[in-house]
Amino acid sequence: MNIHEYQAKQIFQKYGVPTPRGIIANTPEEAVANAQELGGSVWVVKAQIHAGGRGLGGGVKLARSLDEVKTLATEILGMTLVTHQTGPEGKLVQKVYIEEGAAIADELYLSVVLDRAAEMPIIMASTEGGMDIETVAHDTPEKIIKIAVDPAIGFQGYHGRELVFGLGITDPAEQKKMISFASKLFKLYMENDAEMIEINPLIKTASGDFLALDGKMGFDDSALGRHPEIEAMRDITEEDPDEREAGQYGLSYVALDGEIGCMVNGAGLAMGTMDTINYMGGTPANFLDVGGKANAETVAKGFEIILKNPKVKAIFVNIFGGIVRCDRIANGILEATKLVDVHVPVIVRLDGTNAPEAAEILKNANIANVIAATDLADGAAKAVAAAKGE
Amino acid sequence: MSILVNKDTKVIVQGFTGSEGTFHAEQCIAYGTKIVGGVTPNKGGQEHLGKPVFNTVREAVQATGATVSMVFVPPAFVADAVMEAADAGIELAVIITEGAPVRDMQMAKAYAVKKNMKTIGPNCPGIITADECKIGIMPGMIFKKGNIGLISKSGTLTYEGTNQVVKEGFGISTAVGIGGDPIIGLSYKQLLQMFQEDPETHAIVMIGEIGGDLEIQAAAYIKEHITKPVVAFIAGQSAPAGKRMGHAGAIISGSAGTAKEKMDALQAAGARVVASPAEIGKAVREVLSRA
Repeated sequence: MNIHEYQAKQIFQKYGVPTPRGIIANTPEEAVANAQELGGSVWVVKAQIHAGGRGLGGGVKLARSLDEVKTLATEILGMTLVTHQTGPEGKLVQKVYIEEGAAIADELYLSVVLDRAAEMPIIMASTEGGMDIETVAHDTPEKIIKIAVDPAIGFQGYHGRELVFGLGITDPAEQKKMISFASKLFKLYMENDAEMIEINPLIKTASGDFLALDGKMGFDDSALGRHPEIEAMRDITEEDPDEREAGQYGLSYVALDGEIGCMVNGAGLAMGTMDTINYMGGTPANFLDVGGKANAETVAKGFEIILKNPKVKAIFVNIFGGIVRCDRIANGILEATKLVDVHVPVIVRLDGTNAPEAAEILKNANIANVIAATDLADGAAKAVAAAKGE
Repeated sequence: MSILVNKDTKVIVQGFTGSEGTFHAEQCIAYGTKIVGGVTPNKGGQEHLGKPVFNTVREAVQATGATVSMVFVPPAFVADAVMEAADAGIELAVIITEGAPVRDMQMAKAYAVKKNMKTIGPNCPGIITADECKIGIMPGMIFKKGNIGLISKSGTLTYEGTNQVVKEGFGISTAVGIGGDPIIGLSYKQLLQMFQEDPETHAIVMIGEIGGDLEIQAAAYIKEHITKPVVAFIAGQSAPAGKRMGHAGAIISGSAGTAKEKMDALQAAGARVVASPAEIGKAVREVLSRA
């Protein structure tokens, strides 16, 4: 799960990680009141969406008067912001963060993420702040410092020294501030079961202080149960409504651009099914994993969600039953055809646990649109042919 | 011969009396696995599925001589259970539970390594040596005995791959589902090495996925050390980029973890890479007739 910048900064502040002061606003009037409360003469109006590249997309603007705060907040609130991470459809801005302006002397990059190979978190830092870090990694990999921190020993002095010397920070007072910054960030990463924290840019002010000018945080979904205060930060408007609805039924769904709806058990086989459809000249309309607890209700729901997509011309049900029993899926398909208007051909391949019983159920039901397949290749070929109207 | 487990392997079940543990332990016993008991705190002294229940893993190991544990405890208790097994001298923990927090698994894995305990999973179908020992949740009836070793991140692709191998007239020596979580136990590399050394295994099927770089490491290992034929499939060629993977994670490994990158690396290492899982069976036939 991801959270907004303003929420990440609330967590930063709780742990003493320095950030500029800011207040969240839902309306232009609130934005002006917030700017007044913050004081000063320069403010930044920042669109709050779960995507990077907000500045380039026109979602982050500088205001030098309260009037300008109001104008900019009016402009940004309600806009559909398109960045390289939102996709062409963009995202609706519903909140703006009003932040005091900061005098920037230098821009750095700092993140904490899990290093899967080392099996421990890693602190990544670079002097090239404010830039797309992927570009830095590609063009000048030597400018990225990586420091693995074993949770068993925690953030030690030497981690801090590797960081500041790596960043070329020589002033002792600045070194101390940066080490304290990183140490607190690591602590909050561990204590909150974060998946990643990224601060880009982390700025050095004219007075030699370090501030998190931006903040992105993602969390381990499996650990949210023990962090109700973070779960409460979930913004459901940032989630795809179909994916969310599917999730409530234990289905994992991702919409794609093609014509063949897929219903599969297991993420690996679901991807493998999409790959096979592509390989045979068709296009998958979605990824859908019915999970290990599929029953008649979830299968019916799956059909309903797949068929919401008007592009779908055929559905391929591909189940290799381990825990999932094929007879239950077969009953689910029968149930679905009663509950939902299944107006496209449904190609069904059921293998594994209770497959013979399932075949019998489907055969006896004799539903017009349902076509049986013997294996993965046969099913994919029939689905591709059906989508082409053959 | 086979790898890691066989008909003599003594297995206990952690989370024995829960609904999942009960259902799958029963299936394992029916398959022929030597389940010698289980652990559920506060139920020590009882009997379940005709096997003794213990309060702690230490007691279970002392009483039964078990060397392997199959872990079914709920996600929040997985790390605790795995570390308990490691401390009690278990040699291999097969962790089936899905949804264990990543931070917990970092700690549990580090401790398991320190105690010399191997782990498989979490969030995996388990391990099976055909006709001898099934430790996990896979449908046992599809695993016909034979000479193909199989390693897969995905449970259902393990079944799909196995089914095709069997349909082509071959069989499985041992199949291992390693799981797709960020922190996992045994990975391709160690298992490839074990299959290379196992005289009963004549060829290896390796099934991977997009994300991470374990398959890239495996490719390097295959190139250097594996002389047996390898058939490989990477799921997710048609998955949209960046749907899940954070970009910062990809920078660390120096690879984007795309299917193409992995397929190219495996191809270059000499593996027979197939574009669809539907081709696994035929590819196995092909590499074995060439060998």
